Amino acid sequence: MQQKIKEPRFHIVKRADISSKEAWIIRVIAIVAALALCAIITMVCTGDNPISIFATIFKGAFGTQRKTWITLQYVAILLIISLALTPAFKMQFWNIGGEGQVLMGGLAAAACMITLSGKLPNAVIILLMIVTSILTGAIWGVIPALFKALWNTNETLSTLMMNYIATQLVAYFTIVWEVPKGSGKIGIINQNSNIGWLPNIGNKYLLSIIAAVLVTIGMFIYLKYTKHGYEIEVVGESRNTARYVGISVEKVIIRTMLLSGAICGLAGLLLVGGINHTITTTISDGQGFTGVMVSWLAKFNPIAMIFTSLLIIFMDRGASEISTAFELNQSFADILTGIILFFIIGCEFFIRYKIIARKDLGKENA
Amino acid sequence: MENKEVAISLRGITKTFGDVTANCNVNLDVHKGEILSLLGENGSGKTTLMNMLAGIYYPDAGQIIINGKEAVIRSPRDAFDLGIGMVHQHFKLIDVFDATENIILGLEGKLNKKEAEKKIREICDKYGFEINTSKKIYDMSVSEKQTVEIVKVLYRGADILILDEPTAVLTPQETEKLFNVMRNMKKDGKSIVIITHKLNEVQSISDRVAVLRHGEFISDMTTSGTNAQEMTDMMVGHPVSLNIERPEPVDPKPRIVVENLTVVDEEGIVKLDDVSFTANTGEILGIAGISGCGQKELLRAIAGLEIIKDGKITYIHQDGRTEELLGKSPREISDLGVKLSFVPEDRLGMGLVGNMNLADNMMLRSYRSGKSRFFTEKKEPRKLAEKVVNKLQVATPSIDTPVRLLSGGNVQKILVGREISSRPKVLLTAYAVRGLDISSSYQIYDLINKQKERGAAVLFVGEDLDVLVELCDRILVLCGGKVTGIVDGRNTDKYTLGSMMTQKGEA
Amino acid sequence: MFSLVAFIPRAVQQGVPLLLGSTGETITEKSGNLNLGIPGVMYVGGISGVIGSFFYEQSVPSGNLNGFLAILIPLLCALTGSLLMGLLYCFLTVSLRANQNVTGLAMTTFGIGFGNFFGGSLIKLAGADVPSISLSATSAYFSKTLPFASSTGWFGKVFFSYGFLAYVAIIIAVICAYVLRKTRVGLHLRAVGEDPAAADAAGIDVKKYKYVSTCLGCMIAGLGGLYYVMDYACGVWSNDAFGDRGWLAIALVIFTIWKPDVGIFSSILFGGLYILYLYLPSGTHTEYKELYKMIPYIVTLVVLVFTSMRNKKEDQPPKSLGTNYFREER
Repeated sequence: MQQKIKEPRFHIVKRADISSKEAWIIRVIAIVAALALCAIITMVCTGDNPISIFATIFKGAFGTQRKTWITLQYVAILLIISLALTPAFKMQFWNIGGEGQVLMGGLAAAACMITLSGKLPNAVIILLMIVTSILTGAIWGVIPALFKALWNTNETLSTLMMNYIATQLVAYFTIVWEVPKGSGKIGIINQNSNIGWLPNIGNKYLLSIIAAVLVTIGMFIYLKYTKHGYEIEVVGESRNTARYVGISVEKVIIRTMLLSGAICGLAGLLLVGGINHTITTTISDGQGFTGVMVSWLAKFNPIAMIFTSLLIIFMDRGASEISTAFELNQSFADILTGIILFFIIGCEFFIRYKIIARKDLGKENA
Repeated sequence: MENKEVAISLRGITKTFGDVTANCNVNLDVHKGEILSLLGENGSGKTTLMNMLAGIYYPDAGQIIINGKEAVIRSPRDAFDLGIGMVHQHFKLIDVFDATENIILGLEGKLNKKEAEKKIREICDKYGFEINTSKKIYDMSVSEKQTVEIVKVLYRGADILILDEPTAVLTPQETEKLFNVMRNMKKDGKSIVIITHKLNEVQSISDRVAVLRHGEFISDMTTSGTNAQEMTDMMVGHPVSLNIERPEPVDPKPRIVVENLTVVDEEGIVKLDDVSFTANTGEILGIAGISGCGQKELLRAIAGLEIIKDGKITYIHQDGRTEELLGKSPREISDLGVKLSFVPEDRLGMGLVGNMNLADNMMLRSYRSGKSRFFTEKKEPRKLAEKVVNKLQVATPSIDTPVRLLSGGNVQKILVGREISSRPKVLLTAYAVRGLDISSSYQIYDLINKQKERGAAVLFVGEDLDVLVELCDRILVLCGGKVTGIVDGRNTDKYTLGSMMTQKGEA
Repeated sequence: MFSLVAFIPRAVQQGVPLLLGSTGETITEKSGNLNLGIPGVMYVGGISGVIGSFFYEQSVPSGNLNGFLAILIPLLCALTGSLLMGLLYCFLTVSLRANQNVTGLAMTTFGIGFGNFFGGSLIKLAGADVPSISLSATSAYFSKTLPFASSTGWFGKVFFSYGFLAYVAIIIAVICAYVLRKTRVGLHLRAVGEDPAAADAAGIDVKKYKYVSTCLGCMIAGLGGLYYVMDYACGVWSNDAFGDRGWLAIALVIFTIWKPDVGIFSSILFGGLYILYLYLPSGTHTEYKELYKMIPYIVTLVVLVFTSMRNKKEDQPPKSLGTNYFREER
């Protein structure tokens, strides 16, 4: 009466531990697979061969000295935003309001540039820009934190709403300050006087890059070696444990979001005062969301974020080059970025779990 | 040996989780119409084994034979189809649903609550349950929830019931009621497996008993043909003499005075009602009670983790100065210079951070100290971690291993080791030996005794009355949040305690 | 002058994509999946419909469209496109247990990119000889109003003057509400979202429920994208025109406290709030309009905070929302 028994063919087991080397091998395999798929899709769309596609991507990111600088500057801004979000994520606070916090920081900087121009010395204006933009970003970050601390309001959704409120505020001021009237945009602020323009260091790209390096080092130390960083980790892992050792969870949430928002505000300052010298509702270009992924892909490790943000910007710039070269739409970059993200997101499974084919046991001793 | 029909037969069942073997080559039979006790220490693999019957886990190897046919149980649904139902220790009920909705959850066909309620009432009448079908689960007491779970299993027509430590949360009266229901079900021809580690329950309810130890099947026998000593020896693996040292207290002086303490939880339920007592230096004050009678809240209140409605908690320094601890956070308490250590019941959810390594966990208490205001001091915690690992023989690859990867006993050693490293004046422990094997348990008792000899005031919340009677100098008994008495540990026995645990405020 | 009879139809037209999006997200969230990819899914739904109907319009001589096919082809394309997105989300979060927030955001990046890319490059890729994508013929079928809309005065204008997808949206919402509240499938789905371990122990196939509800949710949301291009935008695809409606749909789910039938009215209310700025007096200060556009977001935030303050058990998000379930997790 030996009947056919349908047993599961394989089962999934959580890995006890995995060496970081193995983990990185899995990630690299995923990225290579993703790039291969991207190449195939590009081939289908353009008819070009894969080698020249990758050559074009590389050319787009690092083709000329200027392009390299721009790429690095983009990386710097994305890195700063990702770093800003990181302490919140480590605390298991899903701050997807980076977009709004960046915008508010930028808005504050623009406000100083426009309203104070000519009334105060340039150095004072720049100082005020730094202070107000960091402060405004921090305020925008702390509002959802207060809701969370007081009533445990879902932060994913509240930070999301704060983004749109910020967007509309910027839209409002864009019209208030529009130049010329009726154009619906502000244009380059203080184009002739350059008041409120952050000073160039070496060249016009280097300031953001230096800021990013400083923030990266600072955040690395903050998270790893300070008491605040330790508290953030404990709160993120277990609120009960935090309370048990006398950490005020509410205080940590509020303090961390102040920091998170402040650094986003800094990114806004750099975008407005250092790079674009204007403000639009799309100035942060979705990087508040991309930063979530950069930070998560790097497992919240500030040093690893240098590479994840570089990867994303590299693909983005490269894909833009492809779209230009083949007269395709710029959004092609988003598709390729999306594909790479899907692969990296998916590969985490193979790092955390292993699949075991079932052994054929218990057949004889029936 | 009785010659009865076999309902379940397990052959060579093995299950591992990562590096941990939960069950190894287990063979076990359950007969039709019998109540089988599955006995074993915590961590002996009882629940894992039964979860494989219920379809929660799938065995790595081995066969399950139900009513003579080999069965493959891939999911709880397969288990239901085979007539197996399990009542888990942590109830699997949806809080926002009512009883009826929970009972019919997962079944097929058109949704007809009226019909279902009728059938539920029939089942209740047949076996002697009481149930309010439209009551939401979040409004229910533990025993009501358990009733819903059992009816849920019966509603599906299960012939084989598995109850995982059903009495842990019940009062003796409720336990007796449950046992009556179980006897009714047995009369009806159903097979019942009850997981427990309480020997008196084994003797009062079951026909047969099977013993597991370290994931392996040891033996099975008829209940009438064995005795408590034999069962204990089998559970533990070597002859056990439960002799715990109890040094005489040296110069006891009041250290913590609790007066009229009342604690009400978020939902308005009174957890502690007018509790008063004194904890002395150099003395172990045991706290006994049925699970959920306010033991946890009492320790948490002293540690500054509960919102207290009323009362006073006074700490008396060595030199006679007093501090009021009420309304202070754990941090404020430690800032007062009150050296208070707390070993909570939920080790990985509260006492330690599972994903952090040993050294970082050592820092939890001390990270605020150190020279710098801003930076953490890592050297001292590492030294402490090394010390705890060496002194308490913690089995760990290194002090950089995340705590969650260690076994329960080792986790507890780290927690206790950290908490006593600050040389506390007050030591609070909740279920300090839960889930630990006998030798680890003895090590913990030893550590607690050392603190007592050092002059700490120890509060020891325990569930094993035998241990309480042997270890503690005085024992405070809680029942439904009220103190029913404080007795001398040397002049009492567990039966006295047992009866005090069930009488509300009569003492 | 403000005319309610003119205002309501516009609010409804704004509300329909939101209703479809939020109904889809509601049944997704009821299974415990917080799908932040809905904005991307709606883009994909819209563009898939556009692609389908673009090729259909190209393949037949102008004016000879078969009405049935002109509706069926975009409809099927939109459903397929959004179904694929749903499957992708489920594969990553349910089968591979990836973080839901990150997966959702990546899907939104991908979906919006996908929509804008094909919206911008379709003509070049297809080598067609037209200046821009304008599917007015197809759109005419989609936005055809009920026959007695114009003959019944204000009543007809308020109730009958919409394309068929608007009515489909309402019917879907009603069906979803009924299924969730009154049927066994709904009971099981709610159980999965509340406590997957309990649902699993009760014999419910948690994976299946998560897959089916999330994919259906995506398909419904995809219809929202389709309605937007084909009916509201008269068949003209312009990049980024769909805007942030997808996020608003997610916000609407909270606003309706996870009830699709409440969604019918609140989506119209939201649609109204969304275009309210056109009606509020701002005189010569056009900038005030930008402030008025904040209203829906502020209202959502207030509702969100208010429900969390009240902390009523029945009004809370599904308890396991945002977390993945693995039976053997220890």
